[in-house]
Amino acid sequence: MSAALVGIGATEFSKESGRSELRLAVEAVSAALAEAGLKPSDVDGLVSFTMDSNAEIAVARELGVPELTFFSRINYGGGAACATVQHAAMAVETGIAEVVVCYRAFNERSGHRFGQFSSAAATNPTSSGVDNSWSYPMGLGTPASTVAMVARRYMHEFGATSEDFGRVAVTMRDHAATNPKAWFHRRPITLEEHQASRWITEPLHLLDCCQESDGAVAIVVTSLARARDLAQPAAVIAGAAQGSSADQYVMTSYFRDEMSRLPEMGLVGRQLWRQAGFGPDEIDVAVLYDHFTPYVLIQLEELGFCGRGEAKEFIADGRIGLTGTLPLNPHGGQLGEAYIHGMNGIAEAVRQIRGNSVNQVRGVENVVVTAGTGVPTSGLVLTRDR
Amino acid sequence: MTAPKGISAVAREMAAQGECTPRVARDPVNEAMINNWTEALGDDNPAYPAVAPPAMVQVWTMRGLHPNPDDDPLGRMSEVLDAEGYTSVVATNSEQTYHRHLKPGERVAVTSRLEEVVGPKQTALGEGWFVTTRSIWRVGDEPVAEMMFRILKFRPKPVARAAVTPMVSKDTEFFWVGTKIGELRIQKCAACGALRHPPGPMCPRCNALDPTFIVSGGLGEVYSYVVHHHPQVPGKRTPFVIALVELEEGVRMLGELLDVDPEQVKIGMPVRVRFVPSGEFTLPAWEVR
Ligand SMILES: [Zn+2]
Repeated sequence: MSAALVGIGATEFSKESGRSELRLAVEAVSAALAEAGLKPSDVDGLVSFTMDSNAEIAVARELGVPELTFFSRINYGGGAACATVQHAAMAVETGIAEVVVCYRAFNERSGHRFGQFSSAAATNPTSSGVDNSWSYPMGLGTPASTVAMVARRYMHEFGATSEDFGRVAVTMRDHAATNPKAWFHRRPITLEEHQASRWITEPLHLLDCCQESDGAVAIVVTSLARARDLAQPAAVIAGAAQGSSADQYVMTSYFRDEMSRLPEMGLVGRQLWRQAGFGPDEIDVAVLYDHFTPYVLIQLEELGFCGRGEAKEFIADGRIGLTGTLPLNPHGGQLGEAYIHGMNGIAEAVRQIRGNSVNQVRGVENVVVTAGTGVPTSGLVLTRDR
Repeated sequence: MTAPKGISAVAREMAAQGECTPRVARDPVNEAMINNWTEALGDDNPAYPAVAPPAMVQVWTMRGLHPNPDDDPLGRMSEVLDAEGYTSVVATNSEQTYHRHLKPGERVAVTSRLEEVVGPKQTALGEGWFVTTRSIWRVGDEPVAEMMFRILKFRPKPVARAAVTPMVSKDTEFFWVGTKIGELRIQKCAACGALRHPPGPMCPRCNALDPTFIVSGGLGEVYSYVVHHHPQVPGKRTPFVIALVELEEGVRMLGELLDVDPEQVKIGMPVRVRFVPSGEFTLPAWEVR
C-alpha cells in the first residue's frame, strides 16, 4: 500500500471524562490533525466503529469539515480498530478521499459499560440477537465470561495455567508503570497479586480483564506522497487486513471444530505477512489487543510468533518485556494504559515507528497491531518510511 | 419531586425546630408489664418489678396499634424520603443512656428531635440517607433516659431482574417449541442429513433450504465450562456454572450446569439435559449423570 498514518491524537484516559462522547471525539480528531500539520478543511473522509455513538456528520460539523466524500463504519466491536485504518487507506488509494480520519470516542466507564451483562444485546430483532439467544439466556453474556469459556478449553488442551495468563497482565502493568498517560502509571502488579485478585468468571481473575475507560483516539491517514510533506515522520502501511472465519460468531464461536483458536486472527496474519512481504521474524514490536489475557497467548500462536499451544513457553522468559526480543504493548496495552477499543494501540505503534514513545524500543522498523479478539477482526503492519 | 438538595434543606429546617411535642405514656410504669417483660426475657433479677428494667423505656411510650398523628421528626423525615423513592428502611444504630431506674406509678413522656440527615450515600443496599434522631424520656422535667437512633432510608436496588429470554426467529422456533415439551431438538438438513446447532435457514454444507430436526437423547459431555461470579446476571444467583456440552449426536450447546459444586466440574464430565422453565420459555440446562 502507499498510504500512511501521519497524525495521532487522544484525550486523556480516565474513568470519568465529564464531557460528552462527541466532545471527546472532536478533541481527539482536532489534536491528530494539528499534530499532522493539517486543518479540518483538509479532511474529506471519516471512519469509525459501528458501535461509536458519534455520527461522522456530527464530528464533521463540529470541526467545520466542509465536505466528506468518504464515510464508513466497521462492525464487530473492537475488531473494527485496525480496519478503520484499512478502510481509510483503501479510500485514499482508490482516490475516493485524500485525508481520512479514523476515530473512536466513548465514556465506556462513566457511561455505558461493556463489562456488564447486556440484556439488550440478546433482544435485538436481528440475526445477531438470534445468535445471542444461544448464550445470553443461559447466563453467558459478559465479555469476560465468553472469553473464559475459550480460555478453559485452551488450558485443557495445552496445559496453560492461570499463572501463564497472569504473566501477560504483569508485563502490561510493568509497561504502564512507566507511561505517564496510562491509568496504571506507577502501579505495577506482581503475579501473586494477579492470582489473589477476585474471580470474575473462572478461569479469569479480575487482573486478567482490561480496564473500562473514558477517552478518545484519532488517527489521520493519507497518501504516502502527501505524508512526506507533513509535520511528522510517516508510519507506512505495509499490511492492512480484516478477517472473519468459518462458523463465526461474536465472542461465542464455540461450535467450530477447534474452539481454542482464533482462526480469524490467523487469517488476518496470513494476509498481513503476504502484503508486507515478510513474516513475524521481522517484527520489532507487537501491539496485540489485550482485553483479556488468554487471547494474547492465542494471538501469538495465530500470528506465527510461536506454534500452537506454545505461547506459554514463548512468554515465560521475559521475551515480551521492554527488553525482550518481542516487546509487547510498550504503552501498557488495554490492561495498563486504557481501553479505547484498540485505537490507543495503533497510536502506540505509530509512536514506536517514529521513535518517540515514552517506552521506546530501540531500532524499530516494523510493528504489527491487532484489533479485537473473539470477534471478526483486523490488523496492521506499519513500517518506517524507507 | 424534591431534589436531593431539597432533602437536605427540609432536614435542616426540621432539625432547627428542635424537640417535638412530648408523647405521654398511655399507662404509668406498672408491675404487670414489668413481669411480662422479665418473664419473656428470662430475667430473674430480684430488683424487678420494684423498679423497671431500664431497657424497657421504649415500651412505656409505644404508640400502640392505632397511633394518633404526631409531629415525631423520624416519621416526618421518613415521609419526605419515601416521596423521593427512598422507600426501604433499615435501623443501623441505636444507643441508649439511662439516668435512673423507673418505678411503678411513674408516668414518662418522650420527645424527639432530628439530629442530622446525611446523604445521598451509596450503600450495599442501594442509594440512601442516614437519618439520626435523639429522644429523651422525662418524668416531669427530669430526664430519665436518652436514645440516639439512626436509620438508613434507601432506594432498593432492583433485585434479580427478569432472566433474559431468547430472541426467536422462524428458523429457530422449532428448538424452543421442543424444549417446552421436553424435547432437545437438533436441526437436520433434509437434503444431506447434516446435523447442526445453532440452527439457521440454510444448510452450510449443501445450501439446501430444507431444515428438519431430530430429537437428541439429551446426553453429552462437558466440552468447556466457566464459573461466573461477576457481575450479576439477570435471573441468576452467583456463582453459577455454564457448560458448553458436546452432545452424543456431535453438536455443542450451552446451558447452565445445575446442582453441582463448581470445584467438581471437569471437562469430559458426563451430563444429561434438564429443562428449566424461564418466563414464557423453557431453557436447556444440564445435570451431572
Ligand atoms: Zn445439507
